[in-house]
Amino acid sequence: MTALLAYTIFGLVTGGAYAVVAGGLVLTYSTSKVFNVGHGAIGMVMAFLYWELAENRGLPQWLALLLVAGVCAPLFGLVVERFVMRRLAGAPVGITLVAGVGLLVGLIGVAQVVWPPQARPVRPFLDQLGVHVGQSFVSGHDLVTLACAVLVAGGLYVLLNRTRTGLAMRACVDAPELAALYGTRPTRLSALSWAIGSALAALGGILLTPVVQLDYVTMTLLVITAYTAALVGRLRSLPWTFAGALGLGLVQSYAVAYLPSSPFWISFRAAIPALLLFVVLLAMPQSPLRIGGVRGSRGVAVPTALTTGVSAGLFAGVVVVLALLVDPVVAGQLALALVFGIVLLSMVLLTGYGGVVSLGQFTFVGVGAVTVARLGGPSPVTLLIGAGVAAAVGALIALTALRVSGLYLALATLGFAQLMDKLVLQSPVAFGVRGSLQVPRLVESATAQLLLAAAVFVVVGVGVLAVRRGRLGRRMIAVKDSPAACATLGLNVRWIRVWVFSLSAAIAGLAGGLFAQLRETVAASDFQLFNNLPLLLFAVIAGVTSVSGALLGGVLLMLLPVLQSGFPAFAGVAVVLLGVAAAGLARDPNGLVSWGFRVWSWRRA
Amino acid sequence: MSTLRVEGVTVRFGEVTAVDDVSLIVEPGVTGLIGPNGAGKTTLFDVISGLRRPTAGRVLLDDEDITGRGPHQRSRLGVARTFQRLEVFGSLTVWENVVVALESRRRPAKLAQELLARVGIAEFAGNQADTVPTGAARLLELARALATDPRLLLLDEPSSGLDRAETDAFGELLRQLSAEGRSVVLVEHDMDLVMGYCDHVHVLNLGRLLVSGTPDAVRAHEGVREAYLG
Repeated sequence: MTALLAYTIFGLVTGGAYAVVAGGLVLTYSTSKVFNVGHGAIGMVMAFLYWELAENRGLPQWLALLLVAGVCAPLFGLVVERFVMRRLAGAPVGITLVAGVGLLVGLIGVAQVVWPPQARPVRPFLDQLGVHVGQSFVSGHDLVTLACAVLVAGGLYVLLNRTRTGLAMRACVDAPELAALYGTRPTRLSALSWAIGSALAALGGILLTPVVQLDYVTMTLLVITAYTAALVGRLRSLPWTFAGALGLGLVQSYAVAYLPSSPFWISFRAAIPALLLFVVLLAMPQSPLRIGGVRGSRGVAVPTALTTGVSAGLFAGVVVVLALLVDPVVAGQLALALVFGIVLLSMVLLTGYGGVVSLGQFTFVGVGAVTVARLGGPSPVTLLIGAGVAAAVGALIALTALRVSGLYLALATLGFAQLMDKLVLQSPVAFGVRGSLQVPRLVESATAQLLLAAAVFVVVGVGVLAVRRGRLGRRMIAVKDSPAACATLGLNVRWIRVWVFSLSAAIAGLAGGLFAQLRETVAASDFQLFNNLPLLLFAVIAGVTSVSGALLGGVLLMLLPVLQSGFPAFAGVAVVLLGVAAAGLARDPNGLVSWGFRVWSWRRA
Repeated sequence: MSTLRVEGVTVRFGEVTAVDDVSLIVEPGVTGLIGPNGAGKTTLFDVISGLRRPTAGRVLLDDEDITGRGPHQRSRLGVARTFQRLEVFGSLTVWENVVVALESRRRPAKLAQELLARVGIAEFAGNQADTVPTGAARLLELARALATDPRLLLLDEPSSGLDRAETDAFGELLRQLSAEGRSVVLVEHDMDLVMGYCDHVHVLNLGRLLVSGTPDAVRAHEGVREAYLG
C-alpha cells in the first residue's frame, strides 16, 4: 500500500513534467499548424544551459531558471518561428516534419559542441524541503514540479479562454485570413505561441533533469511521451493533453514498480513510451481522406527508358574505373556510400514518390541485416530472404497504421522504430542488448565489394525508375496528390500504401544484408531510432525525388563520420550544418541534385 | 439506366447543419442541383460519392443501400464525380491522370487519348496537370471520371472557367452522356446551362430541399427567386 502510494506520487510528478512539455507542443501546433518534432531538443538544450548557469557558473537556482525559461527559451522560440517555421506555413506535413527533424539534429549538434560529454549532476529544487504523505516522502523538487504543472495548466487556460490574445489564437487556428480581417496579426500570435511553447519545453526539461540525467539523445527522445500526451488531446485539447500526460506518468511509474525485472521486461520498460504512442495512434479515429490542400509538387523530370539505360551504363563505367584506381580503404568507403544509396532509394519510393515520411527506415535495414546474419551469412538467397522479411515487417506496420495518415503516420513509424529497436533488435533472437553479430563477406576484397554494391545499386535504381514509369508509380503519385480523387476513381488508397511500404522496406532490407556483410560486425546500435533522423535529412538535402539524389545522399551519409573523425572539431559543427541545411532546404524536396538538373536543362535550351 | 435515391440525409459539422433531412430521386438523364453558395450541394456530393458519412439518412443506388460503402467501392458500382475545388493529380501529366483512372478499372490505357479528345483537351495530353488552365483541368476531371465508365456521374461546377463556345460544346457532351444511358447530376451556377440541358432540377437552400421539378416549373417558383435574390 505504501509502495503503491509512493509510485503513484512519483507517476504524478513525472506526469506533471510531461504535461508542461506537452502543453507547449499543443500550443505551438494549434496556433501555427507545425508539429515541432524538435520540441524535446529545445528542452534538452535549455536544460544544458540551465546546468551551465546554475551548476557551472554558480548562479542561484531561481535566477538560472528565470533566465533560461523566462528569457533565453522564449527568445529562441521567436528566432525559430521567424526564420524557419513562418516560411513553412501551409506547407505539406512532410516538409514541416523535415524542418523539425533538422532543428532537432542541429540542436543536438549545438549541445555537443558547447557541452562535450561528461557527467553533469543537477541539484533538485528545494532539496531541503519535503513533506511526508502517509509513509512516503514527497521531495521539494516534486512539489515544485507539481506546482509548475498546475500553474501552467491554469495559465494556459486563462490565456486561451479569458484573454483577447487567447481568443485570437484560437480563431487563427480555424481561419487565419479571417482573423487577420478582424485586426489580429497571425504572425505575431504564432510568434507568441512559439515563445511560450519553447519556454514550456525548457521548464519541462529542467524539471525532468534530476530524474533522467543530462544527455543529448535521451532528453530529446523524452519528448516521445509528450507527443503521446498531445495525441491524447488530438493536438488540440489542453485538458485532455494534461490528463494524458498524468496517465502516462502513472503507467510508466507502475511499470517500473510492478513489472518483473528479467532482461526482456527491462527492455520492455524502455519501450513503454513508444508502445503507448503506438497504442494512442491506433485508437485515433479513422482519418478522413483529405480533400483539397496540397497541390501537385513538381518532381524532377522522369528519365525515359533510354536515358535510364545510358546513365546506368555511364555510372557502371565510372565505378569500374574508380575500382581500378582507388586504394582499398577508399573502395570500401565508396561501397558503403552505395549501400547507403540503396537505403535512400527505398526513401525515393516511399517519400519522394509516395509522399509518406518514414522516421523508421533504418529499422528495415536492421531487419535485413539480422536476417542475413542469422541465416549464416550472405548469399543471393539470404539477401533476398532479408529483403522479404523486411517487406513483411513493412507491410505489418502499414497494416497496423492503416487508419492514420500524414503526421500521425510519420509518428507511428517513429514509435514503431523505437519498439523494434527495444523489443526485437536488442532481443536475444536478434543482436542482444549490447551484443553484435559477425557476418562473413560475400566477396572478399574491397574492390569486389564496391563492384557488388554498384551492381545492386544499378539494378535497384533502374527498378525504382521502372516502377515510377509504370502503373504502381502513377498510382503512388496520384495518391500523394489527391487521395480523395483516387478513392472516387475506385482505388483503395490504404492498400496502395501497404504495397508501397512493403516494397520500400524490401529495398531497405536488401541494403541491410549488404551492409551487414560489408561491415562484418553489426550491432543493434547501428539501427537505433536516432540514426533515422540524419538519414531523412540527407535524403531531403540531396534530393528525395530522384535516383541521382539517392546517390549523392549516400555519399554524404558515408562522408559525415569520415569527416568527423578526420576533423574532430568539425564533428558537432557538421551536425549543426546538417540541421540548418535541412531546415532551410525542406521547402524543396527535390534537393541539391535538382539544381544540377536545372543547369543541365538550361544549357540544352 | 440507374436511379439514385437520397433518403433523409443530414450532415452536421458541430453546431452547423450543412445538409438538413434532404430526400431526392435522380432519374436517368441530366439532373440539375442548384442553390446559393452554402446550400449544401457539394456536401451532398461528398455524401453520395462516399467521402463523407452522413449524420443520418441513406443513399441507395438502384435500390441497393450503399450508405456504408467506401468511396472506392461506390466507384466500382459506377459512381464517379468531379470536384469543385480541383483534385487533379498535379504532378502527373494530363494523359497519366486519365490512365490512372483507366487502370483502376482494368481498362486499356490506349483509351486515354480518345477520352481527352472527347472532352476537347487532347492538345494538353503531355502537359503536367497543375500547369493547364482551370477550364481544361475541369474537363480533365470529367475525362478521368468517364474513364471509370460510370453509371452515375456527379459534376461539381464543371463549366466555371469555360468560355461560351466551350460551354456549348460541354452541353452537347452532356446530351451524349445522357443518351448513352448515364445519369448525370450537375451542380452549376450557369443558369443557361442548367435550364437548357437539364431534364429535372432540384433546388437546395440553407441545407434544405426547396423545390424539385422541371426547369420551367423551378424557374416559376417564388421561393427560388427569393433564395437567390433575397
